[in-house]
Amino acid sequence: MLLIKCPYCGERAEVEFANGGEAHIARPADPMTLSDEEWAQYLYMRDNPKGLIAERWRHAHGCGRFFNALRDTRTDRFVMTYEMGQPRPDVTPEQAAEAAR
Amino acid sequence: MNQMFRIPGRGRVDTSRPVSFTFDGRSYAGYAGDTLASALLAHGRHLMGRSYKYHRPRGPVTAGSDEPNALVGVGKGPALHTPNLRATQVEIHEGLVAVSQNRSPCLEFDLGSVNSLFSAMLPAGFYYKTFMWPKNFWDKVYEPIIRHAAGLGVAPTEPDPDSYAFRYDHCDVLVAGGGPAGLSAALAAGRTGARVILVDETAEFGGSLLSDRQARIEGLSGPDWVRGVVAELEALPNVRLMTRCSAFNYGPHNMIALNQRLTDHLMTGASGQPRERLWQVRAKEVVLATGALERPMVFEGNDRPGVMLATAARTYLNRYGVLCGRKVVIVAANDSAYRVALDLLEVGASVAAIADIRPAPDSALLRQCQQMGVRVYKSFVVQRVHGTQRVSGVELAPVLPGGDVGKGRHVSADLVLMAGGYTPSVHLFSQSRGKLRFDEKVGAYVPGESAERERSVGACHGVYQLDAVLADGAAAGVAAASAGGHTGDTPAWRVDAQDRADYAGFAGALPRRGKDLHSMSFVDFQHDVTAKDIRLAVREGFRSIEHVKRYTTTGMATDQGKLSNVNALGIASYALGRPVQQVGLTTFRPPFTPVTFGTFAGHARGDLFDPDRRTQVDSWARAQGAVFEDVSMWRRARYFPRNGEDMEAAVRRECLAVRNAAGIFDASTLGKIEVVGPDAATFMNRMYVNAWTKLGVGRCRYGLLCRENGFIYDDGVVGRIAEDRFHVTTTTGGAAGVLSMMEDYLQTEWPDLDVWLTSTTEQWSVIALQGPKAREILAPLVDGLDISGEALAHMSVVEGTILGVPMRLFRVSFSGELGFEINVPTTEGRRIWDAVWQAGQAHGLTPYGTETMHVLRAEKGYIIVGQETDGTVTPDDAGCGWAVGKAKKDFVGKRSLALPAMQSPERMQLVGLLTEAPQEVLEEGAQLVADPKEAIPMHKLGYVTSSYFSATLGRSIALGMISGGRARKGQTLYVPMEDRVIPVKLVDPVFYDAEGVRLNG
Amino acid sequence: MQKFSAFSLFRQALGAHQGWKPQWRSVKPKAAYDIIIVGGGGHGLGAAYYLAKQHGLRNIAVVERGWLAGGNTARNTTIIRSNYLFDESSSYYEHSLKLWEGLSQELNYNVMFSQRGCLMIAHTVHDVQVFKRHVHANRLNGIDNEWLTPQEVKEFCPPLNISPNIRYPILGGALQRRAGTARHDAVAWGFARAASDMGVDIIENCEVTGITRAPSGEVTGVETTLGPIKARKIGVSAAGHSSVVLGMAGIRLPLQSNPLQALVSEPVKPAFPTIVMSNTIHAYISQSDKGEMVIGAGTDSYVSYTQRGGLHIPAHTLEAITELCPMFRRLRMMRSWGGITDNTPDRSPITAKTSVPGLYVNCGWGTGGFKATPGAANLFAWTIAKDEPHPINAPFTIERFRDGTLIDEAAAAAVAH
Repeated sequence: MLLIKCPYCGERAEVEFANGGEAHIARPADPMTLSDEEWAQYLYMRDNPKGLIAERWRHAHGCGRFFNALRDTRTDRFVMTYEMGQPRPDVTPEQAAEAAR
Repeated sequence: MNQMFRIPGRGRVDTSRPVSFTFDGRSYAGYAGDTLASALLAHGRHLMGRSYKYHRPRGPVTAGSDEPNALVGVGKGPALHTPNLRATQVEIHEGLVAVSQNRSPCLEFDLGSVNSLFSAMLPAGFYYKTFMWPKNFWDKVYEPIIRHAAGLGVAPTEPDPDSYAFRYDHCDVLVAGGGPAGLSAALAAGRTGARVILVDETAEFGGSLLSDRQARIEGLSGPDWVRGVVAELEALPNVRLMTRCSAFNYGPHNMIALNQRLTDHLMTGASGQPRERLWQVRAKEVVLATGALERPMVFEGNDRPGVMLATAARTYLNRYGVLCGRKVVIVAANDSAYRVALDLLEVGASVAAIADIRPAPDSALLRQCQQMGVRVYKSFVVQRVHGTQRVSGVELAPVLPGGDVGKGRHVSADLVLMAGGYTPSVHLFSQSRGKLRFDEKVGAYVPGESAERERSVGACHGVYQLDAVLADGAAAGVAAASAGGHTGDTPAWRVDAQDRADYAGFAGALPRRGKDLHSMSFVDFQHDVTAKDIRLAVREGFRSIEHVKRYTTTGMATDQGKLSNVNALGIASYALGRPVQQVGLTTFRPPFTPVTFGTFAGHARGDLFDPDRRTQVDSWARAQGAVFEDVSMWRRARYFPRNGEDMEAAVRRECLAVRNAAGIFDASTLGKIEVVGPDAATFMNRMYVNAWTKLGVGRCRYGLLCRENGFIYDDGVVGRIAEDRFHVTTTTGGAAGVLSMMEDYLQTEWPDLDVWLTSTTEQWSVIALQGPKAREILAPLVDGLDISGEALAHMSVVEGTILGVPMRLFRVSFSGELGFEINVPTTEGRRIWDAVWQAGQAHGLTPYGTETMHVLRAEKGYIIVGQETDGTVTPDDAGCGWAVGKAKKDFVGKRSLALPAMQSPERMQLVGLLTEAPQEVLEEGAQLVADPKEAIPMHKLGYVTSSYFSATLGRSIALGMISGGRARKGQTLYVPMEDRVIPVKLVDPVFYDAEGVRLNG
Repeated sequence: MQKFSAFSLFRQALGAHQGWKPQWRSVKPKAAYDIIIVGGGGHGLGAAYYLAKQHGLRNIAVVERGWLAGGNTARNTTIIRSNYLFDESSSYYEHSLKLWEGLSQELNYNVMFSQRGCLMIAHTVHDVQVFKRHVHANRLNGIDNEWLTPQEVKEFCPPLNISPNIRYPILGGALQRRAGTARHDAVAWGFARAASDMGVDIIENCEVTGITRAPSGEVTGVETTLGPIKARKIGVSAAGHSSVVLGMAGIRLPLQSNPLQALVSEPVKPAFPTIVMSNTIHAYISQSDKGEMVIGAGTDSYVSYTQRGGLHIPAHTLEAITELCPMFRRLRMMRSWGGITDNTPDRSPITAKTSVPGLYVNCGWGTGGFKATPGAANLFAWTIAKDEPHPINAPFTIERFRDGTLIDEAAAAAVAH
């Protein structure tokens, strides 16, 4: 069971959280102007990366708030969590290597 | 029976507490502290089990959790019988009942052993090559025979009466393994004040020290030193000690699972105590002190009862006071053989020979043995073992300089010990995803780089000599504690008279004379995998060790290869002509040792399996004799039978009561979400398909929520309580999901909106009062509130009080009748329900359940999400296109609804269905076709979503989703049942009061 | 190919089994092939087999990054059934089930397909409605699936607790008698042996690191850890790694790779006669030929390629199993493991051409790909050979997510195992 650091509450067990899929996929401001292909890209297509993923979690059985996390999907090790609305943080090579280890 | 092999004065069993037990119906005596294996061995009994495939007689080969052979069933009766327990771990207690397994009719005479005669036809993977002809024999003949022959013990057949528990915990340092390394680590960490948990899978801390009569730590014997350390640890308030507790799973982020066995060993059943407890411990730092396992050796007949590991014999002698045999031959690849020999000699056993496979072994221990008159044969191996149900002798033979094996000599023996060297127990380390590395000195895989905050110490780390082990543990204990901010000195102990570490060992099959084509030299004892099976797998092209494992099933028995993996690897590497390091290792998979299913389930059984949500009215409904149904986690009254009515009769009566007088219905389970804030209407506009801006305060609207894919997700009436406040209702099962979805959009897409969302499901009790008499019943109760049709029109909401209790009163109807939904604070729910119920008595008020609610709404053509919809239905499909705010620029799902496929006239649409025969009630889920004579596969146009007998209409009605259904109204389609075809006419889905006169009344 | 039979076994026994040959050839990759299949699991090996067997193609390689069939083929709970709801799905799975029924004979390799039935348990009125809908739809498609009352459920599977007083009582079940289990490794090995015999090169320990394309866009081959290999067509059958491999050609897929865990008990004598699945309380169980109770858990919620998940997931499954069969509480978990499932939003697979000429994909099988092994392999081979889908897999495109023509078995049944 993962140990996840809620930016608001601190480290808590995974069972308190709900995963919200890949982060930084903003809902288009005006979906009706999108082509079907563009809409499908937004709605369904995912990077599904093997490596660093930016993903959303919600502290569902805690403060209830969404936040983002950077995690390496090869190890499940987190680099960091950060508040919703912040851009995807830069990761140093050392941080990336530590997460991949 | 006498314990003829018990050595007085030896061992740690309590000879003042005799224990009697039965094995296969025979009574035996032992002592408190014995395992089943040690107690049986004390009687000279080695035969304890039969192997999986050839049903070969087997005795214990180990004294611990790595035992592959001596598996027994324990426990009286069909509920308590527990199969496949290791006799080497089962602690005896008065009245213990144990039986042998996988034999018929009895352990000594097993018909299944006939398989041994055909072993030439049963090599690895034989089943992949046979049983294919004739084809239909597989299911009917071959497979049942295979299944019957396979399996080991017998599963219990009655429910387990025992209880199980679980607990979460945190600590600074978790130490897995309570031998010398673990004890020193725990003590070092514990003295710093760090929170420490120390666990050991056996009944006593001490590990190898409990079997060691030689070494002195600070002048104390091993067991005496252990006693002192444990006493100090027990006195530390920051240390938790648990024996009979296995660390079996090393999960991500230092989450370790422990299995603590609490009652199986007790003399008397401890009622009220859980049998086992699952601990899930999040440790800041982990110290693995899991030791090393001695390796068996692979030679013909190495599985015969009386052949066992050298350290096991030493443990039986020194820990249990049991001599495993009087005339001993030892096969050695490691000096541990000589230590065992000396211990055996000390109690008067005869060591007939030690065959050391090494060409020039030399150590003080060896010389000491020779001085005691033991014949040591260097560069010798075992060719075969004589005896079937018990060893009677061995043939020892020299390995000649060219590698061939020379002429052998017979040595009689009743005990053959194998000292094949040690394999570090890296299971937990490997589970943690640490990287193993092959250590040339140790001759085995040892922990390399850690993946978690973890340290391996002692033998599992490739450190074997006692003083080094203690130092390794102490250093790790202090280091682990300091990582959590605790500091202290590293304790040190003086060790005398210890044995020198010996890393020698052998992996593979011992050399044999000539070609080894036919020998029964076992690698995996339990699964009867022989050296030639491994070679066959390699010959057939299975070159990956994972393939070898799967093809031969080596390492897949209940010991999960603890004894067999390294030898299998050695044989495969030899056959492949590649060094062991290049062949690789199979994955170590949890659990380390088997863990009871019930332990995982813990308290989650019966009523505690899942939260059981009940409303305030639940006890009333039960008193009324209601029949309930599960809707998500809620228990809802389905109908209220009277005088032995069945459901059909009760529902007819309830329906008519609502239509003709009034009904009362507990709607409290409906989800409720309070949407509040200056941007509440904007938020609702974006979420729901409907338009909300123009909804006046005090008015309600049927809200429809789609997912972004355009399909209906949920629905419910929404009331506008104030400009900035909506009272949103959801379906019973959808409440949590809708709130999550709303929070998702609010927090992550539109954080600029000033809106608060609050689940109020459990804050409101909801009493639905439906029927022409509803107003008459309610009016006197609402403290003067005007609830006339003029003051409170259909689809209105008003706040007021009822009998002095705050209330939100909705004028809504899911029945098609004049209706109210009275929302009161949950704490008052039951009181107001009772009051309404009393007030209704004069008006024929009748309680009704979900089934009647379903019928009434179907008569009106109202959909139920999850019944008319299935996640593939758009608002328009469901006949709810009118609800969609056409002028809105955007809402969740709008873009997907614009896809061409969503506009297709072929889409399934909601229609009403009428059978020709009015008494005929269609089956829900039944399919409709245009041509009932069409051959299979038939072209299906849709299906029946809801179907009831309508007492109101005096006939059956149904709803369905039919391809192009609205355009087909008036057509007849067909429902092909198994035995007949039912013609069905497509009609409008509103069967009753299409004009809405009654509901607006 | 050495024929497998009781007779050949006997003859080899006389020679102490020294005469058996490798079941498939171990080869180094050639410089070029007509077709490269990426992924040496059951689906990929089967595709190579059918390309050779049914389409007469021989110049084929299967490249596998690890050991053959070491991914989800080695990690599933081997449930095979075809009683899916929608016509598109049920005809695909039924196509596969029919191939299963003759597979041991076709491959001359006993895959131990055991048609012990699959019983899907209903615990709520809603379950009953959903499963009856399946039963009716399946019947009109010629797919066996029948409704059992609680008493009939008990008769068919005596260990089940049908007491009405438990938390989620059993209200009935849908039984497909032709459903069953098979020996998962054997399927892959059988395909490998037969394909190799027809000339297919099977290359293990060869990880694809890139897909090369001509300036005009079509594929020209793959880069691998063993060097570049040219190919006119590439079929990707990489399960949990599909996004990774297709990403090399710039294609994003509607996939999320989640851990899926499973476990087995210690072996016991026959005690469970069929496969039971319960969606409402999240459990499925069968007993293997070896006697182990084979139990599947739910997926972990997050993307992961670690092949492991949290212990709370199998623990929850065991709560459900021991609630359904309370006499199994004293059985013990012997081994547990995880795989990487590639899940689509509608829980239906993709077996299709891609937007890149010469590049084909068979993925998205999520938690239920094993049952489709021969069927998907067969149709994937067709799609690659003819550069167009077979009518059965024609709906299973990537474009359905653009066009809104989802095949949403998950929504319809909330069952995807």
